[in-house]
Amino acid sequence: MRKVRPREDLCSGPLSFSSGILALEIAMGDWMTVTDRGLSSESKTISQYTSEIKMSPSSLYSQQVLCSSIPLSKNVHSFFSAFCTEDNIEQSISYLDQELTTFGFPSLYEESKGKETKRELNIVAVLNCMNELLVLQRKNLLAQENVETQNLKLGSDMDHLQSCYSKLKEQLETSRREMIGLQERDRQLQCKNRNLHQLLKNEKDEVQKLQNIIASRATQYNHDMKRKEREYNKLKERLHQLVMNKKDKKIAMDILNYVGRADGKRGSWRTGKTEARNEDEMYKILLNDYEYRQKQILMENAELKKVLQQMKKEMISLLSPQKKKPRERVDDSTGTVISDVEEDAGELSRESMWDLSCETVREQLTNSIRKQWRILKSHVEKLDNQVSKVHLEGFNDEDVISRQDHEQETEKLELEIQQCKEMIKTQQQLLQRKAFEEERASWLKQQFLNMTTFDHQNSENVKLFSAFSGSSDRDNLIVHSRQPQKKPHSVSNGSPVCMSKLTKSLPASPSTSDFCQTRSCLSEHSSINVLNITPEEIKPNQVGGECTNQKWSVASRPGSQEGCYSGCSLTYTNSHVEKDDLP
Amino acid sequence: ASCVQYRLVVRDVNTLQILQLYTCLDQIQHIEWSADSLFILCAMYKRGLVQVWSLEQPEWHCKIDEGSAGLVASCWSPDGRHILNTTEFHLRITVWSLCTKSVSYIKYPKACPQGITFTRDGRYMALAERRDCKDYVSIFVCSDWQLLRHFDTDTQDLTGIEWAPNGCVLAVWDTCLEYKILLYSLDGRLLSAYSAYEWSLGIKSVAWSPSSQFLAVGSYDGKVRILNHVTWKMITEFGHPATINNPKIVVYKEAEKSLQLGLGCLSFPPPGAGAGPLLSSESKYEIASVPVSLQTLKPVTDRANPKIGIGMLAFSPDSYFLATRNDNIPNAVWVWDIQKLRLFAVLEQLSPVRTFQWDPQQPRLAICTGGSRLYLWSPAGCMSVQVPGEGDFAVLSLCWHLSGDSMALLSKDHVCLCFLETEAAVSTACRQLGGHT
Repeated sequence: MRKVRPREDLCSGPLSFSSGILALEIAMGDWMTVTDRGLSSESKTISQYTSEIKMSPSSLYSQQVLCSSIPLSKNVHSFFSAFCTEDNIEQSISYLDQELTTFGFPSLYEESKGKETKRELNIVAVLNCMNELLVLQRKNLLAQENVETQNLKLGSDMDHLQSCYSKLKEQLETSRREMIGLQERDRQLQCKNRNLHQLLKNEKDEVQKLQNIIASRATQYNHDMKRKEREYNKLKERLHQLVMNKKDKKIAMDILNYVGRADGKRGSWRTGKTEARNEDEMYKILLNDYEYRQKQILMENAELKKVLQQMKKEMISLLSPQKKKPRERVDDSTGTVISDVEEDAGELSRESMWDLSCETVREQLTNSIRKQWRILKSHVEKLDNQVSKVHLEGFNDEDVISRQDHEQETEKLELEIQQCKEMIKTQQQLLQRKAFEEERASWLKQQFLNMTTFDHQNSENVKLFSAFSGSSDRDNLIVHSRQPQKKPHSVSNGSPVCMSKLTKSLPASPSTSDFCQTRSCLSEHSSINVLNITPEEIKPNQVGGECTNQKWSVASRPGSQEGCYSGCSLTYTNSHVEKDDLP
Repeated sequence: ASCVQYRLVVRDVNTLQILQLYTCLDQIQHIEWSADSLFILCAMYKRGLVQVWSLEQPEWHCKIDEGSAGLVASCWSPDGRHILNTTEFHLRITVWSLCTKSVSYIKYPKACPQGITFTRDGRYMALAERRDCKDYVSIFVCSDWQLLRHFDTDTQDLTGIEWAPNGCVLAVWDTCLEYKILLYSLDGRLLSAYSAYEWSLGIKSVAWSPSSQFLAVGSYDGKVRILNHVTWKMITEFGHPATINNPKIVVYKEAEKSLQLGLGCLSFPPPGAGAGPLLSSESKYEIASVPVSLQTLKPVTDRANPKIGIGMLAFSPDSYFLATRNDNIPNAVWVWDIQKLRLFAVLEQLSPVRTFQWDPQQPRLAICTGGSRLYLWSPAGCMSVQVPGEGDFAVLSLCWHLSGDSMALLSKDHVCLCFLETEAAVSTACRQLGGHT
């Protein structure tokens, strides 16, 4: 019981132990159970204890197992000290050795040479055993973990299966109930059906009965009627006889004079001849009526036949042109159309000859019409199929290509339009230039003619020139642009002219607000034409000159204010450029 | 011509001027013009007398006395020279000749609503006879009263015979207890027999189309069956349901136009949307929108002559339309388009329709309901005309003039002539008279 005591201490200890201690405790407890089960009965009580330990902290149990890797704390030491103290070292060692040997571990003691009372503790063995125990512990914990997880899994599976089972049970229940309901309804409907059948039968029987009654009553009634009628007739006869026998002179016609017959003829005796005549007349009337009706019917027939033939012809004409078109799916029926046409042509001629309601002719006509109609129908059906196929398959290749083509074409057309626009612009500009050239030529002529008169003014103009150098940008521009004139005589000729023109234009010195006026002045005098001369000369030298030319030409164009504006603004820039560029 | 008590008054149609005045020996029950309009016969059934007057010679007179034989019916022969008198109890028919003063007797005539019928051209007369409880038909030549044909008919109890307008076919139909109509040709051969159903009440009314192409048979089941003259088989049947659903059919409902503002209860609520053509003082037609349900009358099943079935049938003179009246919907007149074989229009009156008659010249229908209004229908529309006069003129029957320009409206003791002009205006002339024309 020595073993028990220390365990009692352990068992009775409060649960305030740390996790590690508890784990060990429980682990120890485990061992106890394992060993105890297999071993002596004296340890059964121990097993009880240990099992208690196992059961009670069940929730902590799993957690604690998982935390088995938590390192042992100081409390363990106290725990160890509780088991093995200074006093019972030998006892504890021997006990441990016993336990370990039973477990199959090597002995803790050293090999004893003899039967000595005290055996030395084999430290190596102890360490090995400790290691083994640790390994074992780890393995067990791992196994426990696995078992735990498996247990959880199985638990969840179980839950799931149980829920499935319950659901299926419910479903089964509901379907059973439904089935019962349907069966019930079916039964009811069958009942109703039977009832209705019964009612119907009853009604039919009743109807039959009533009919029989009516029939019997009718015969009875007829009998009675006949009887009564006979009586009545007898009475009538009697009465008639009486009346006739009465020799009543009163039955007479008192007429003033005979009235002539309506048609003026005399009355005639009734003879056999008249009878025969009457018969003849009657038959004549009948025959007339029949003939008349037959005529009507013949007319109708002829009309209908005409209509049918027309229909046939139209149908043939409808079907035959189809063959000329290159169709992908030419079938034999269209071939038969042609042959039919030929046949029918012959038939038609024959028919027209026999315009009677002859049996064979009639049959031929109807048959041929039927044939044509069938062909037409199949043709229409094919067309329908084709149409539906087209719809189903979506766009053909042809369509796609055509669309692309279409787009390409539109692009091409757009490009063309742009090109055309540009061409028009350039042509317009060229036209203007041409106009200016013409004007320039005319001015040159004029200037040439006026040259001699303006010589003295040149100096003045130069002075003015300098004076006005700062007046307006425009003038500056003009001036600056004109400055580097190193061209030959034409230019020089033009320059005094320019000067003159400039003087003319100077009074109307432009400010930004009066720009329109200057423009108009300029356009009037077309001085810019002159000015254009100079940059034009520069044109081959300067790249920017061209632009300025253009712009100035634009500016001088009468009636285009925007053009002037733009032209002038551009001239600013260009001239600035020019300024820089010009040498 | 009209008669008052025992006087016969002959008036001019256009002016209503009295042309002649004759006095008979007794109260006149029946007057009839001869076919050539030269003579008028006046029959006095009580006395068994027939007096004939001439219009050309007012002093000419003729008196036929049947004596004890009695007189039940009297009519002219088509040539206007013979008078057929049916003696009492239908013992015999006496044919009196005005030309020869001779008498012929025809035995065993049948006592049925329509036992004598003349062909349109007046050549032949068909007479229904019954001997030994069997029906026979005799065809006589009217010119000399020779018996042409005599044949028996396969009928239980012949109710009526009628020649087709072309005079070649004779329609013979059976009692209403059995639906059977037989068609005989002029020479007595049976052309065809038609029976739509059995065990129910059968034929109620029969009408030939003026072109002889169609034979309309109205029966107690509320349907009209049209037979064609080629095969004598039914080509269609027209039902007369109480509810009309087809929007293509024009339904004219007569509605009162309330004139009194005080007693507002008298006005009938207009049934449908839109107003129809109208020209009247007190009532107008309104076009009712479908579905329209007509007023029906539940027939008393245990009485004789139940008010069900097609009681009235009439073809328009061009055979394009057929007017019918279903007796359980007594307020409505149904007009059928024969060209298309479908219902064309329905006119619902406020009171039961008494009679209708087509204009002899054009498809115009005149209807009277016993009220003081005359109703006219044509494919263009319909209108209701108030008959002028003091007090209420209850139009009980009407009769068109052959020219289609005028018609006579008869009330109990008045006659009113209605002149129709080509425009919408209608003028009426009223005279107080007695008896009937």
